[in-house]
Amino acid sequence: MARLVAILATTHHPFYYRTSRLPPGQAPPFAAEWVRKVESYRQTLTRARPDVLVMVGSDHFHQLWLDNMPQFLVGKAPFYDANYYNEEREFGLPRLLLKGHEELSAYILRGGIDAGFDLAFSNELRVDHSITCPIFTVRPQNDLPVVPIYTNIFAPPLPRPERFVRLGRTLRELIDAWPSDLRVAAIGTGHLSLELGGPRQFGDHGPDPEFDARAVQWIADGDIDGCLAGVTLDSLHEPGNATHGFMDFMLMMGMAGCNKADYADSLDLFHTMEAYFTWYPNGVDA
Amino acid sequence: MSKYLVNKFLYTIDREPELVERYRNDPAGTVAWWEKERANQLLHCAGGEASTWLSFTGSERRALSEHDHVALFGMGAHPFLTLTLWIAMFERDYAEPLAMQRDYAARLARFSLPYPDIAT
Repeated sequence: MARLVAILATTHHPFYYRTSRLPPGQAPPFAAEWVRKVESYRQTLTRARPDVLVMVGSDHFHQLWLDNMPQFLVGKAPFYDANYYNEEREFGLPRLLLKGHEELSAYILRGGIDAGFDLAFSNELRVDHSITCPIFTVRPQNDLPVVPIYTNIFAPPLPRPERFVRLGRTLRELIDAWPSDLRVAAIGTGHLSLELGGPRQFGDHGPDPEFDARAVQWIADGDIDGCLAGVTLDSLHEPGNATHGFMDFMLMMGMAGCNKADYADSLDLFHTMEAYFTWYPNGVDA
Repeated sequence: MSKYLVNKFLYTIDREPELVERYRNDPAGTVAWWEKERANQLLHCAGGEASTWLSFTGSERRALSEHDHVALFGMGAHPFLTLTLWIAMFERDYAEPLAMQRDYAARLARFSLPYPDIAT
């Protein structure tokens, strides 16, 4: 069977790519610590020596639109072009080409549908910064095939938090049972409290530092029950109007099970808190 | 309310660099042209397939024509779409990094939770 060697759950911050490349004289004061934390986090993936990446993210109204909006979508293609004109314009993100892993995509689609998730699929998917930010941060050589999985955290009606956790559990069961000798790592990105396009955006911290502190603790402790008790679709509006991206963290918690994270770190940045978690489901040296 | 159509306007303008400039420089003319020529285009269908029923309400047309992001927020336009397009059009007019985004937020200060519903 395949071996799930690492599960990573992290925020995706589209400004990291440009900020990390600024010369010291031009870099903002927080840049050095940010780069140091990201490089440390990158080691948690590197040491797991993965062969293929299952990547969970959310399209930001790029390819997926309100005329035909899937709740959960799995890419099944030999390649994925990546990043869009408005991400180049706003964040300075370069275009990328990622390799796909069609066999694992097909396996997840079949198994996921049979497990009760009517997964949408795409044979021509251009992924955005929710997928490419972790490539830039934890696998900048972009040398591994990927299976992108998109969730709808953006366009209501959304699936409820419990559904994200259950999908994470299902993906875990599927990967553990995949008849392959490959080493799989799963990487999911989302947000803690976040406001975009509202009155609380771009403050000195995330819009709700107390929520962020609770969220970091839930994730680090693998406290899925506590998290589910503290979060609903309605309550996620309160910490910030884009905080539903936290449900991607909940999906990854479902994948990791009720286990403490093996690596947990965070960084309080302007307008958002960055967070970095890794689990080794089969041990650090699996 | 045709929140969907307002969102479709923001989404389709944002995707085309020349339309971003056109909307910045001539908002009322761009809104009128778009509603006549583009509003009913089916985005993911080949050829000239189109819908027949989509149009703005008067208040939506006015808010878009006057670059009134506060009114758009109040109507429940998707805040990510509005913000992204506004950054593309207006960030260049501010000297300091994030000054535009902070001014944008300050103008929305009268809104408290719960914010206007963005469901379409």
